[in-house]
Amino acid sequence: MERFDYLIIGNSVGAVGCIETLRSFDKGGSIAVIGEEPHHVYSRALLPYYLDQEVPVEKMLYRPVDFYERLGVTPVLGRRVVGLDTAGHVVKLDDGRTISYGKLLLATGGRPIVPPIPGLDTEKENICNFVALQDLQRISRLLPSAGRVVVLGGGIIGLMAAEALHKKGLEVGVVELAPRVLAPVVDEFTSRLIEEAFRRSGVAIYTGTTFKEVQGGERATGVVLTDGTSLPCDLLVVAVGVVPRVDLAREAGLAVNRGILVNQQMETSAADVYACGDCAEVYDFLMGNRRVLPLWPNAYAGGRVAAYNMLGMKREYDRATSMNAMHFFDLNIITAGLNTAGEKDGFEVISRFDAGSRSYRRFVLKDDRIHGFTLVTGIARAGIFLHLMRRGCAVTSFKEKLLEGEFGYLTIPEGLRRELLIDEGVMSEHAAANQ
Amino acid sequence: MPRVVVKPEVCIGCHLCEVWCVVAHSRSKNILKAFLHETPRPVPRVVVEENLPFTLPVHCRHCIEPSCVEACISGALYRDPLTGRVEHDADRCVGCYSCVMACPYGAVVIDEVNRKIARCDLCKEMGEPACVKQCPNRALVYQDSFTS
Repeated sequence: MERFDYLIIGNSVGAVGCIETLRSFDKGGSIAVIGEEPHHVYSRALLPYYLDQEVPVEKMLYRPVDFYERLGVTPVLGRRVVGLDTAGHVVKLDDGRTISYGKLLLATGGRPIVPPIPGLDTEKENICNFVALQDLQRISRLLPSAGRVVVLGGGIIGLMAAEALHKKGLEVGVVELAPRVLAPVVDEFTSRLIEEAFRRSGVAIYTGTTFKEVQGGERATGVVLTDGTSLPCDLLVVAVGVVPRVDLAREAGLAVNRGILVNQQMETSAADVYACGDCAEVYDFLMGNRRVLPLWPNAYAGGRVAAYNMLGMKREYDRATSMNAMHFFDLNIITAGLNTAGEKDGFEVISRFDAGSRSYRRFVLKDDRIHGFTLVTGIARAGIFLHLMRRGCAVTSFKEKLLEGEFGYLTIPEGLRRELLIDEGVMSEHAAANQ
Repeated sequence: MPRVVVKPEVCIGCHLCEVWCVVAHSRSKNILKAFLHETPRPVPRVVVEENLPFTLPVHCRHCIEPSCVEACISGALYRDPLTGRVEHDADRCVGCYSCVMACPYGAVVIDEVNRKIARCDLCKEMGEPACVKQCPNRALVYQDSFTS
């Protein structure tokens, strides 16, 4: 039986975060990564870009083609893990092979949701999910003969897909069950700005409704919405989101809620088994509890923290919360934290909208610190706010300044500025004594 | 890690670091040609904050565990373990601006014209960063230590 010091199930960003950190410290330990898809590690987050810009497949790769070789990683691709014995430290593959491990990372990601709606079946010729390279390839094959497309789901992926398809010249309709697009991700005002941008460009947005049924046989020919509207289509994209893939962990007896439960060291309930990314329920530093945070930076950071702890170097996962950088047509948007929370939830909210530049800023404050923010159009230097939020800095004394477009370190009071910059080597020590 | 450190107490806010950054990243490397004839003109990769009388240039810190690399969805941003530099492969950049969201220093600059980002690359092909070399008041210092 093959044995690896470190074994990773899943071949995406969480795996890469783990591998790169492991190799920074342990040059000799053996590492293997098992991927269900036959591909070299690629970026799912690039799928909408691929649809829009026709970048070659090589550009989908998240790390160079020599990544595994250079970092001494054994890739086991096109294989699925069907069993996990945590007591014996062994996994079983779908070809009957068994592999034993010293430490194991579960980075199994998410599974696309397909709501139970009559006729909605992704086995049908022209009904596609939008989470994997294979989905993209299917859509690309269908595009030449498609004129009308309906996208189910007004979240980030659904809207990005809708924009890309619109730019390809298709007639696009987006159907969202919630009363507004991106309801869990942005506040109502931002939702309206986004809806307006889509409608102005000619994309139809149907909110507060969903499919009653999908018409057609082997091939979907249209959908009927719950409000009776009928939308004919040649292509149907299901982008309702993903749920954590936890089957393997659950069958192995690991503690699982919505996602695989991990502590702040990314350890699951089983010894030597870690989890990160979309499959896990992780610590949110703002909420102070665990939740599913299926976002790219969180997955990378989770893989990194898992690696440190696998190496016996104790490290806590303390930087994750909700965060998104998005763009739709001419709108650039960055949000982080509990940015949708409002006064009724006990937060103070300050915001400013400039009709001329169409820039919008909204901050959610509580206990003298930032709990969330939304920036639309003026997104430059957004990371400073995320930094203030992560460090829990007191902001009340300069809160009005947060709404100004030119916000920067010089807007922050001297003492705090010094603390934030000198530690990090932006300013010299000499400056501390003189300024 | 290698990085540009600032002494804001002697920064006079002349913005010449921005000017010479543009020149260093232009095709011609000539100040007149770069500003008069090159379109699109490169964006300066240093942000000079101004809150007079104070000014503060901010450059990429080339962090050991870079938040921008963590957030980058395309793999365009990566840290070279041999040099300690954070590198950006503009060809791979899709302009998602996740790194703008992630950088704690606001040191990732948005290049709107090309829908990409730009950040201090320490003028790696020129030895010393142009901004450091041209700073009239020696407010910028190139720290080339890989160990710290």
